[in-house]
Amino acid sequence: MKTILHILKKEFLQIFRNRSMLPMIFVMPLVQLLILSNAATYEIKNINYCLVDLDQSTFSRDLAERFRQNGYFILSGNEFSTNEAIEGFKTNQWKLILHIPKDFEKDFRREGKSKVQLLINAEDGAAAGLINNYSSNIVQQFNQDIITEYIPSGGSMNMPPMINVNFTNWYNPELNYKTYMVPGILVALVTMIGTFLTGMNIAREKEIGTIEQLNVTPIKKYQFIVGKLFPFWIIGLFELAFGLMLGRIIYDIPMLGSPVVLFSLTGIYLISMLGIGLLISTITDTQQQAMFIAWFIMVIFILMGGIFTAVESMPDWAQKLTFFNPISHFSKAIRMIMLKGSGFKDLVREFTALSGFAFLIITFAVLRYRKTN
Amino acid sequence: MKRFLGFLVKEFYHIFRDYRTMVILFGMPVIQILLFGFAIRNEIKDTKIAILDYSRDNVTQEISNKILSSGYFILSDNLFNEKELEEEFKKGTIKEIIIFEQNFSENLYKTGKANIQLILDASEANLANMVMGYTNSILKEYQKEISGKYSSPPSITTEVKMRYNPELKSVYMFVPGIMAIILMLVSALMTSISITREKELGTMEILLVSPLNPLMIIIGKVIPYLILGIINAVIILLISANVFNVPVSGSNILLLAETVLFVITALSLGILISTLVNDQQTAMMISLAGLMLPTVMLSGYVFPIENMPVVLQWLSHILPAKWYVIIVKSIMLKGSGFGYIWKETLILAGMTIFLILLSIKKFKIRLF
Amino acid sequence: MNMEKIIDAENLTKKFGNFIAVNDVTFQVGQGEIFGFLGANGAGKTTAIKMLCGLLTPTGGKATVAGFDVFKETEKIKNNIGYMSQRFSLYEDLTVAENLEFYGGVYGLRKNIIKDKTDYFLKLLNMEEERNKLLKSLPLGWKQKLAFLTAIIHEPKIVFLDEPTGGVDPVMRRQFWTLIYKAAEEGTTVFVTTHYMDEAEYCGRISMMVDGKIAALDTPTKLKEKFNASTMHEVFVKIARG
Repeated sequence: MKTILHILKKEFLQIFRNRSMLPMIFVMPLVQLLILSNAATYEIKNINYCLVDLDQSTFSRDLAERFRQNGYFILSGNEFSTNEAIEGFKTNQWKLILHIPKDFEKDFRREGKSKVQLLINAEDGAAAGLINNYSSNIVQQFNQDIITEYIPSGGSMNMPPMINVNFTNWYNPELNYKTYMVPGILVALVTMIGTFLTGMNIAREKEIGTIEQLNVTPIKKYQFIVGKLFPFWIIGLFELAFGLMLGRIIYDIPMLGSPVVLFSLTGIYLISMLGIGLLISTITDTQQQAMFIAWFIMVIFILMGGIFTAVESMPDWAQKLTFFNPISHFSKAIRMIMLKGSGFKDLVREFTALSGFAFLIITFAVLRYRKTN
Repeated sequence: MKRFLGFLVKEFYHIFRDYRTMVILFGMPVIQILLFGFAIRNEIKDTKIAILDYSRDNVTQEISNKILSSGYFILSDNLFNEKELEEEFKKGTIKEIIIFEQNFSENLYKTGKANIQLILDASEANLANMVMGYTNSILKEYQKEISGKYSSPPSITTEVKMRYNPELKSVYMFVPGIMAIILMLVSALMTSISITREKELGTMEILLVSPLNPLMIIIGKVIPYLILGIINAVIILLISANVFNVPVSGSNILLLAETVLFVITALSLGILISTLVNDQQTAMMISLAGLMLPTVMLSGYVFPIENMPVVLQWLSHILPAKWYVIIVKSIMLKGSGFGYIWKETLILAGMTIFLILLSIKKFKIRLF
Repeated sequence: MNMEKIIDAENLTKKFGNFIAVNDVTFQVGQGEIFGFLGANGAGKTTAIKMLCGLLTPTGGKATVAGFDVFKETEKIKNNIGYMSQRFSLYEDLTVAENLEFYGGVYGLRKNIIKDKTDYFLKLLNMEEERNKLLKSLPLGWKQKLAFLTAIIHEPKIVFLDEPTGGVDPVMRRQFWTLIYKAAEEGTTVFVTTHYMDEAEYCGRISMMVDGKIAALDTPTKLKEKFNASTMHEVFVKIARG
């Protein structure tokens, strides 16, 4: 025990003497919360579009007006042929071309049928889908309105029965992306602290050669490991508290569940992440390598962990794989606790899974770590 | 010149002998692009939902079946009263609850109007949006079916053409982004760390007192990463063309030339960082927080730039990656020629010259 | 050589793949001796020392250090030895006192003993004013002397020094050897590797290593007689030529 205390003292002294450590602990969460949560929205606003109105009728002007006033669209060009408008795709002037053909109004009045063409720059598939949705809705609404307006209200028409769909978004009624992003960012923060700092810290001792000096001392394996990991465990938990506080102050992110549950879950989760950091350091010789491997693992874990992309939108095999990804359990749980107020009994599965990982990873890391080669 | 070649060979040995880093440098782009192509999609599949059916008649049964047979949803639970809703959501497995009002079919056919209530777990806002959209379109489809039996009012159809990416695949979006990120990583991050490493270990001093010109030393350190970066870019393009059928529709040579330009920009950033700091950890922190993070977030490859707050939009202008992503997208997806991207190229070139001049200045102050 | 054998190596061998770093080495070191391991770079000195310290497991032969087996009892060995590696082994971002406190603590020394030792060492090195300075602010020679004292803070039976004087000037090396003599007088066995031939003269006995093997082993005087040389350097050149 006394030996561990000595190691801890040394580690803390070194951590706080490191000039890049304090900014990392305090500035990183701030920057991430400020930039990430503002940058990361899948909402589409301010869509630039080009109008190609070959009809120049009351109808076509009315429809164009509706696009202008909808709020999502910004008129940034008028062209008189589709080919010219497509040039604008190439120069990135607009994302949507609204093409109203000649005789748009005449066809509607005479044949009861006419069409508009939407050309969407679909490089970004998801955004294109949304643009399609928004514009189709406008056209549909326009259609309904002109039926009632221009077609004499002859009750002769047999109106079909309507299914009326209402929806309510629970836990985040306005679909505020920040409420969604902030817990995800906290997960990323805690994870980065765990893996990167631990991995690089031990790799650093290897690189400068002090690890050898430690290996000839009677320090026991478990003492070394506890002494090395504990400081980052504390820092990780502190980081979570700091991030939660910032989220609260800046974005008023709710915290419905119990902090005790959240922190104990994070504590368990951090053990597995620290273990991964330790494992990384056992297979590397330099900080550069440690950092790269940590980065590599993190990218895969984060992308596949459902922090910023929903697990439900992955193919089957990928959804099954997420079970082996501690991040996916943790990011799911942190949203449940913060946004839904889920308690311990709702999270038994996550607690069990994360404890299992922590145990396995630490055991493996301890076995892999050798004082003698 | 011979001395310089010797030095260059040493640098190559350093990098290529470190097989772990090599594996990662080449494995990373491959795995990332495969993940984005295969695993990360913007559609849903087998999302768990619950149904609370107060009516239990033929119509609600039919609608439920339609929803559950779509492949997007699977039924996790049939609920019986509203008190259960909260409990269900708290467990976190189901994402949506569909509620049919009492006497649904009676209301529909007698009064011409019936209500369905969708309750979504919006703690994952993005998913909630998608789930709602999918459910809604199935319901609309059903609406069309029943309306078909009645005479139809005059209608306007919309004809939608998705240019450049008709199947709305997300790989189209990610390939240019991943190229930018990987090149940043290899060029800026690796260079800054490898130079600071020599500083930290004291070997830089030995190199500097050698008869090699300091400029030569830097060039020698940088060339291997330039080559690595280009190899990486080619690998990414090969995968995207052969595995995901996203070929380069413009000129390959132009794309390669622009890539070399971007790699040089990134390398000069790396050199600049290494002239400013003295240890690897700081170099890494600056590269990760100052370069990688903004590149991922603000270059428009994950999240569209137009939707960000104005401040972030301004910020994105000073990122080389943003311009590079625009260039790559134009050449790859739209087949644009140089005439369409000269502006972006000029910006990138300007940034590079500025960075190189700045690092030469810093380098001199430090060393002489 | 009637002293108690504190290191006893028999046919000790270490292979890395096909490369034999230490080849069938046999020697004994007595209590209180200053035993030198000499040889060019890559002769296998560092590998040998790492096996004796329990950092590397030998591939063949046997050896005991302070009576403990290098195969099975490495952790017991570690309680009885001090080690100073070729690469610098103190923490640059800790102060002089913090370094001593850390290593003392790791060896289980009590606080007051660590404090006494620190006082004593700093006085010995004339470094009292540097007590609370970060190590990185000190010149290399000072750091190395401090590293040596740190390696013997827990009064080990043996101290292993792997090229302890690399890169420092002759004056500093002289001062360093004064410290080594002092430790030896107090009963510590010193096992030192070097490639400075003048330092060889300071050792009690010397083993010359060439390509993983011991080419000669005796006192400096006897070696010089045997090879008909006036300095250790000549001895070395003659051995190396074969």
